[in-house]
Amino acid sequence: MTVTLFIPCFIDALFPRAGISMVEILERLGHKVVCPNEIACCGQPPFNSGYWDEARTIAAPALEKLKDAETVVIGSGSCGAMIKKFYPELFKNTPQAELAKQVASRTWEFSDFLVSKLGVTDLGAKFPHKVTFHDGCHGLRELGIKTAPRALLGKVGGLEFVEMKEESCCGFGGTFAAKFPMISTAMGEVKCAAATETGADFIVSNDSSCLMHIQGLLSRQGSKLKTIHLAEVLNQK
Amino acid sequence: MSFVSQFKSLASEKTRDLRHRSVIRTALRSYEVVRDKRKAAFQSWESARQAAAETKWEAINHLDEHLVALTAKLEARGTKVHWASNGAQAREIISQILRDKKARSIIKSKAMTSEEIHLNHALEKEGYTVVESDLGEFIVQLRHEAPYHIVFPSMHLTRGEIKDLFQKELGDAPSDSPEDLTMVARRVMRQKYLTADVGFTGGNFAIAETGMISITENEGNARLTAALPKTMITLMGIEKVLPRFADLALFLPMLATAGAGQPMTCYNTMYSGPRQPGECDGPEEWHVVLLDNRRTELLANAEQRDSLHCIRCGACLNVCPIFRNVGGHTYGTTYSGPVGAVITPHLRGLQDWKHLSNASTLCGGCTEACPVKIDLHHHLLQNRRNASTSEPAFFEKLAYQTFAIVANEPAFWSLAKKIGWLTQPLQSLVKGTALDPAKAWTKTRELPPQPLESFKDWWKNRK
Repeated sequence: MTVTLFIPCFIDALFPRAGISMVEILERLGHKVVCPNEIACCGQPPFNSGYWDEARTIAAPALEKLKDAETVVIGSGSCGAMIKKFYPELFKNTPQAELAKQVASRTWEFSDFLVSKLGVTDLGAKFPHKVTFHDGCHGLRELGIKTAPRALLGKVGGLEFVEMKEESCCGFGGTFAAKFPMISTAMGEVKCAAATETGADFIVSNDSSCLMHIQGLLSRQGSKLKTIHLAEVLNQK
Repeated sequence: MSFVSQFKSLASEKTRDLRHRSVIRTALRSYEVVRDKRKAAFQSWESARQAAAETKWEAINHLDEHLVALTAKLEARGTKVHWASNGAQAREIISQILRDKKARSIIKSKAMTSEEIHLNHALEKEGYTVVESDLGEFIVQLRHEAPYHIVFPSMHLTRGEIKDLFQKELGDAPSDSPEDLTMVARRVMRQKYLTADVGFTGGNFAIAETGMISITENEGNARLTAALPKTMITLMGIEKVLPRFADLALFLPMLATAGAGQPMTCYNTMYSGPRQPGECDGPEEWHVVLLDNRRTELLANAEQRDSLHCIRCGACLNVCPIFRNVGGHTYGTTYSGPVGAVITPHLRGLQDWKHLSNASTLCGGCTEACPVKIDLHHHLLQNRRNASTSEPAFFEKLAYQTFAIVANEPAFWSLAKKIGWLTQPLQSLVKGTALDPAKAWTKTRELPPQPLESFKDWWKNRK
């Protein structure tokens, strides 16, 4: 099938390897990947700050670009939640209300797409490391994605998986991290401590934004623990 | 100091306090273990939540009928029902009862509504002696503090700190064992029960069908408060009503499970009136004060009306990573945690209290934990929208307008990435200093290195 890959602004600018891995995986599975150059952002930053007019200014053209897409795949639980859950809310009582619902129903978060839509878990990847998984809150609670990433990691050769004892938010929260840096940092420290406690070499997630926050703290702490996007793990040979 | 500056200043202090972090984290991790065990004892916790949400929906959406029915039943057995539109009215009603009874001393069981209307402070100013009889409340009262948590008022204190407090304030504390500390508090309190003129309680549920107020407690103090003094006053919010007596079969275990990980709270008592002819105990007079205090404004708000479903179990506080890190006192509100962040802007003003809705990652842990399925974290988002729409912050709005222009034009977006890449070395020179535009981030965290080739560059070059 033709997959329209929505690359979130974070991945585009800061973590291109994650996006490249998604393209390579989807193409290896025999799908045609298209990636509209005109879409930069889903509009979540202004939306979460309460500036819904500005959010619509960004989201409306994105929605138009996705109008004819058969399947939209997005490499972030958070941006995925924006499209799937919040676009219908953002465009309620506007001429694009119906389109927002349609696009939402055709949009998939990357890991969920592989497992639930394509029924694929084994991508032939090898990653001989001990890893733990961080559930980004939007992917976990808005989209209910918990088992898909674990099913995929379960099939990676040489990978040893260990859960963190505590399930908690990493403290990123978009502009929250800048508006309330002290709380954000404290939450991140709790997360890093939980991950470190597992003895893992890598924290894997399906959200680059959470990983950016966690890695930012780990690097400052001088920790050896590293973060990596799920797609990059699945693309390792 | 504005409410937001106060919040930020206290949050900075608490988030740095590693002892606080460890005390709260340890307490709430053990709560999670017992709560999950009790949740598993329900045939289906999710179905129970759904049923509870539907019952509360019915209660709140027909609140007018239920309150009339409740009042009629209460009055039929001789209870005096009072209606208070706001805190000042409620305080005046209560003061008037105390004057009529020529009361001097009041013993209280736990009531968050009394915190909401700042009752203790008002009564003490009028010269009354007010003693809290819930152990946690008793402790924070001795410290001249507000409750730290709506269910566990003194959870921020260790046994050692309570022992020191008792030694200082009561002159007695043989050890820091819970048994010894409880015995000290009991000796003090028992005397107060016997001499109190009025017993004051809150209420967990009000049953419209039978005209009963249900009070849940673990210590038996509310029973003594209600049984010993000649006059009893109960203050509760109008939203605490449940349609039927049978609803308690769900709500009592649910409150205990979500709130404290207990199968049932130790004492659940339904009060249906003052002492009736032929009865040997109970108060001679019972006054029930039903408090609005802007709850009806929330009732008129279709989008967030479900926040009146709250049964004040504290489950959303317990799981909230913000609450866990900043602590209860930082909020500066009667109701803290997610539910406090949702309702305080409605009860006390959106612009003054919108920062509580901003101080969230919208992680949704609260909504998942809420036993009556209040859409808490989405209400935080709506509060943000309402605040930004009615009074936009000039620079923030401008920043998003600019961001929208850049995001919508591929050439601008590409240029922005290039500028970001080029300015990286400059930024790293001033990292964490006052000159660093990203200092809110870089004070405690590293920024990710930005590669020269973005994903879109790679995609274009590949074709």
